[in-house]
Amino acid sequence: MSQATTSEPAAGKRPSDGLSDETLLKWLYDMQLIREFETRTMQAYQQAKIGGFCHIYSGQEACAVGTIGSVEHDDPVVTAYRDHGHALARGMDPKACMAEMFGKITGCAKGKGGSMHMFDKPNHLYGGHGIVGAQTPLGAGLAFATKYEREVLKTTDKKRVCLCYLGDGALNQGAFHEAQNLAGLFSLPVIYIVENNGYSMGTSIARGTTMPDQLTLKAKGYGIEGLEIDGMSVLDVYDKFKPFADACRDEQRPGFVDLKTYRYQGHSMSDPQKYRTKDEVEEFKNRDSIANLVDHLMNKRECLSEDEWTEMQKEIRERVKEAVKFAEESDAPGVEEELYSDVMVNPSKNMSPIGKYIEGAKNPLL
Amino acid sequence: MTTTLDPIELPEIDFDHAPSREGNREIQFREALREAMSEEMRRDKRVFLMGEEVAEYNGAYKVSQGMLDEFGAERIIDTPISENGFAGLGAAAAMYGLRPIIEFMSWSFSLVAADQILNNVPKMLYMSGGQWGCPIVFRGNDGAGGQLGSTHSWCVEGLYSNVPGVKIVIPSNPYDAKGLLKTAIRDDDPVFFLESERMLGDKAHVPEEEYYIPFGKARLVREGDACTLVSFGRPVHFCVQAAGRLAEEGIEVDVLDMRTIRPLDIDSVIESVKKTNRIVVVDQCWPFASVASEVITQVIERAFDWLDHQPLRVNTEDVPTPYAKNLEAAYQPNPDRIVAAVKKAVEA
Ligand SMILES: Cc1ncc(C[n+]2csc(CCOP(=O)(O)OP(=O)(O)O)c2C)c(N)n1
Ligand SMILES: [Mg+2]
Repeated sequence: MSQATTSEPAAGKRPSDGLSDETLLKWLYDMQLIREFETRTMQAYQQAKIGGFCHIYSGQEACAVGTIGSVEHDDPVVTAYRDHGHALARGMDPKACMAEMFGKITGCAKGKGGSMHMFDKPNHLYGGHGIVGAQTPLGAGLAFATKYEREVLKTTDKKRVCLCYLGDGALNQGAFHEAQNLAGLFSLPVIYIVENNGYSMGTSIARGTTMPDQLTLKAKGYGIEGLEIDGMSVLDVYDKFKPFADACRDEQRPGFVDLKTYRYQGHSMSDPQKYRTKDEVEEFKNRDSIANLVDHLMNKRECLSEDEWTEMQKEIRERVKEAVKFAEESDAPGVEEELYSDVMVNPSKNMSPIGKYIEGAKNPLL
Repeated sequence: MTTTLDPIELPEIDFDHAPSREGNREIQFREALREAMSEEMRRDKRVFLMGEEVAEYNGAYKVSQGMLDEFGAERIIDTPISENGFAGLGAAAAMYGLRPIIEFMSWSFSLVAADQILNNVPKMLYMSGGQWGCPIVFRGNDGAGGQLGSTHSWCVEGLYSNVPGVKIVIPSNPYDAKGLLKTAIRDDDPVFFLESERMLGDKAHVPEEEYYIPFGKARLVREGDACTLVSFGRPVHFCVQAAGRLAEEGIEVDVLDMRTIRPLDIDSVIESVKKTNRIVVVDQCWPFASVASEVITQVIERAFDWLDHQPLRVNTEDVPTPYAKNLEAAYQPNPDRIVAAVKKAVEA
């Protein structure tokens, strides 16, 4: 049951109807890019070229692409550790993303952050954050800063809105509740987008949180308007999210979205997945967001042919292969230059007993 | 009595009963931990285990595998990702008289529960003027797990040992893990028990019988008179490796595995230093205000005249934990750095 207060668009007049074919084809491209990128990521992980914890986004593509596609490029975005999809949807070069996971100097954080901590300043991505819930007060803070910029500094007329993503498991982290209350209290333009894939590791949402079918009620408790969206269709995401985000932006207030989705892979690369059935996974794969969009573009819009789709997939495959090659061939960060740099902006004397802080190489994204 | 419920009479612990470390009942570190918890849970119904994925998933790192089957969902309790909430829940349950074991999937995640574990738990007895204590065990993975990056690689012993009111245990091997965890569960004070993801699969002989290892007793792992090597937790293994290499060059060292940080067996350290006149402390935390700094300070306070070389420490480098494999390797203490430090101390 939806607690949404934003009304359903009238039949035949969906916001997405107004989008150009180019835009939708670009979204298809981005979604497929994420899917292909993640396939290669898994391979590289299995070959031990990527280390640490690695969380695959496959299945959730419509979430990042549809919501990021509903806002401006300079609206701030912040997310959790399942962040490759957001980085790519935001426009990060797949090379920088892959190289980061390979721990190379050409990565978006010079190999210092890794899979869980993707940052991209030129694309206004304020990080993937590894600690569950850590990004949610940051979302409020980014919204606060954009509002301050406009209302106090008066250096811009632009009303911005911040997108802050979290998993369903993060609903239960204290930080998120404080963040929501602050956002509600100060009327901050941040939209908390719960990518509700039904599980937090092996814990189903019903075992982790109260009112699992009425998450928007939780936000209501903080005076925040909530909305439920089917995250397996990028058009549905846009149709509902776009007007919602516009309203949050215009009125400079927070929002909450229960974006129902599914992760095709395990929680991380080491998860035997005994907590769910193969049938359940299949059920969602049958509603796959990419297949969904391809069907729409081929049969409804008629702006994509089989050949063009094949061609697009091929192009993407090549691009991701190149990213892997690039990552592989790039240098590891030099120990002397990079281990001791970026610790402080002013690496002054006596900051540390090791006395080695320095300035390192310029970040490749800047 | 520092809890609300009447205490239960349990057989007194015989710390002198120390079964041999030699034998062929080889089990993993994680199994030793499980055995310790299960033995205590069978004896004492007040003991329960709570944490993320401990029950139905059988533990994120399989430490609690099978425990749900044996003890049921009332005593092996899955939680949402709400560390501050369930740490505080455990604290109060302990005040009331239960014996909670709270698992942090990683001590890195205990930081979101800092108020409960640092501000409430260690101070409860003092704040209440001795009325209520917190007999609780918090346990989980500590230290760099292998390319987990800066948010997930915390070594909390440096930070947390600054706080009076808690005991801090950091075993380096399965035998000690079992005996120390049993002691922790039986202890009337709060205990932070630090495990390592990198060691959970380590195998060694662990006696099937029950035994307890007292807190505050270091173990002399290897003997020599050239230098005292002090460590705790995973880096003890790096020290042993380094000691083996040094021995090939005729440099024999004492290697002390501290086993607990609070209490700190400084007496054993001093005794060794009086023999070797040199000390190197190896610590997987950052150097500034670390356990290594504390050990060295106490050595200087108590055995300054016995030193023939200034004390040295080998810590992780004083930077956030990097992700890249090569940077992480250079960041951590390793046998090379330990060998170099000992040689510096010895050759002077
Ligand atoms: C504070 C904290 N506790 C525990 C963890 C370990 N952990 C990482 S992801 C995760 C599950 C999160 O699930 P959810 O929020 O639903 O996101 P999803 O993985 O489904 O994207 C857990 C328990 C953590 N990173 N931070
Ligand atoms: Mg989830």
